[in-house]
Amino acid sequence: MAQIFHARANTIIRICLALLLIVPAGTVAAWMVVMRSDYVTGRNETVTQPVMFSHRHHTAEIGIDCRYCHSSVEDSAFAGIPPTETCMTCHSQLFTEADMLAPVRQSWVSGTRLNWNRVHDLPDYVYFNHSVHLAGGVACTTCHGAVGEMRLTRQVAPLTMEWCLSCHRAPGKNLSPRATLYDPFPTEGKSAEEGHALLAEYGIDTSGLTDCSACHR
Amino acid sequence: MSSPYLPDTPPAAITAAIADPVLHPDWGWRWWLGLGVSGALTLLMLVSIWWLFRMGVGVWGVDSSNIWGFALANYVWWIGIGNAGTLISALLLLTRQRWRASISRFAEAMTLFAAAIAGLMPILHLGRPWLFYWLAPYPDTMGLMPQWRSPLIWDFFAIASYLLFSLMFWYTGALPDFASLRDRAATKGKQMVYGTLAMGWRNSARHWRVWQDYYGAMAALGVPLVVSVHSVVGMDFAAGLMPGWAETIFPPYFVVGAMYSGFAMVVVLAAAFRRALRIPHLITDAHFDVMARVLLFCALVMTLSYATEWFYAWYSQEPVERFLTHTQFFGPYAPFYWTMLACNCLIPQLFWLRALRRSLPAVLVIAVLINVGMWLERILIISQTLSRGHLPSQWALFVPTFWDWALLAGSLGFFSLLFFLFIRWVPAASIHEVKERIHEATP
Repeated sequence: MAQIFHARANTIIRICLALLLIVPAGTVAAWMVVMRSDYVTGRNETVTQPVMFSHRHHTAEIGIDCRYCHSSVEDSAFAGIPPTETCMTCHSQLFTEADMLAPVRQSWVSGTRLNWNRVHDLPDYVYFNHSVHLAGGVACTTCHGAVGEMRLTRQVAPLTMEWCLSCHRAPGKNLSPRATLYDPFPTEGKSAEEGHALLAEYGIDTSGLTDCSACHR
Repeated sequence: MSSPYLPDTPPAAITAAIADPVLHPDWGWRWWLGLGVSGALTLLMLVSIWWLFRMGVGVWGVDSSNIWGFALANYVWWIGIGNAGTLISALLLLTRQRWRASISRFAEAMTLFAAAIAGLMPILHLGRPWLFYWLAPYPDTMGLMPQWRSPLIWDFFAIASYLLFSLMFWYTGALPDFASLRDRAATKGKQMVYGTLAMGWRNSARHWRVWQDYYGAMAALGVPLVVSVHSVVGMDFAAGLMPGWAETIFPPYFVVGAMYSGFAMVVVLAAAFRRALRIPHLITDAHFDVMARVLLFCALVMTLSYATEWFYAWYSQEPVERFLTHTQFFGPYAPFYWTMLACNCLIPQLFWLRALRRSLPAVLVIAVLINVGMWLERILIISQTLSRGHLPSQWALFVPTFWDWALLAGSLGFFSLLFFLFIRWVPAASIHEVKERIHEATP
């Protein structure tokens, strides 16, 4: 009786058996990489805005405090997007003819607000609160990155739940002293001891930080 | 010929009797009719799943009191049926019960199909079924692992490992038979397909030795799995703090219940295969006799389990447990409960009579009734408890909707569809094992 299979058949079967393991494992691995990629998380993407606003210029270069514009950040869940009036406190006097600021003046004259586009967009089932994070010693730059370097604002953190939990599970080293909370640049390299000291200083009870209801309701 | 379970035929005739229906199918209109009806029911299942995914679990009779309905009853029932195949294969192999030879193959296929359908049900009952993979521990972007203290997670692992095991065990057992089919196949295509499935089996003594070691080791692994998978199903209930659920007896009680309904389904399938393949010499009256004895034993254990539940309801003097037991007998679902007791405890007592054990119609009817009774038991465990929970203001009866029934009927149709395809492509009994038994029995 003639052979059913060619001599190559064994090799093909062995390759297929290997692929049976490699393809599912590789698919899962690739999917995990994709889900963490900038493409999915929106990290490092500069969102188009009605006005080319530079955080670097306004904070690091001329020294305006974050809270001058984001005025509700200490008291409310939302940091607050400044109204056109806030821009005009300076720009009614400075760069009054600049083309770049034409939409601001138009908004000022017409009374219609500027439609800024969100850079950090959390899912609606996450109830993030800015004020509680500041009261707990989380500096602006801990999540928003070195805003003092950004000509155009971008999202630095991946904003995945994994990223949130990485801090909620061990917050100490991510805290900053009160004096530096609103600095435009992050303070680098805190030791574990400093972290412990800051946890004590802010009186943070870490036991409830990873409860579902800490962020979801 | 000494064994009542074996035919008085030469080994070659066995190969022909089992392999020919696969290689030279001559099924006629009955097969096509069966395939058509099963296919239509499978379509009904697919439509009901599509409607469920589109509209949400509200299309079923479930509500905030009756959070579990048909889907979970179907799940427990199907996984129970899926239990018997591996029991027959693994436990009876290890205890050297020779009569398993001609029924083990389709019993294992039954396990595989039933466990697959069972695995589908809990996924369907999730509010957002497309997120079912959250049950698996993997490094997700949420930084979370599943809740290890939840029996539902144990369930996920129990079913997944059971399915994988069943598939591998079934395939390993069929490997030498695929080689037989390869050698008898007339066309190049069939030779290629069965040749690939046979993985180069050459019938050498070394192959047989490796195969027997491997198969025996798999069987030894399988027995704990049979027990674990349904114990965990029992714990799904026992870990819930509801009257009638939070009982330590649940794991063993569920395992026996599973074997009971599984064996009953094997009897039904054995009768069907005997008729369809015209192999009464392979699946003999003695087979039905011994399976009826197993069913009788299970019926006694089930009766004891029910009685234990009643006893502890009285002995604990726990008001909710006593109330639940009273509701079982006299509440809104009482007719179903009495039917269940008749099907599961009373009617199988007829198997004390040898004549009935060896009468195919009698065994078949009782086996079907046992399956009905066991399905009733599953839905009653769920609905009696949930419809009469701790809060009287939450009391509400579970009433199934059309889509509940559609899913149940559809899953039965899908099960039989898989069998109509199985009988067409895979040798329905273990050729090599029957021949081995004949060889042993021949002096």
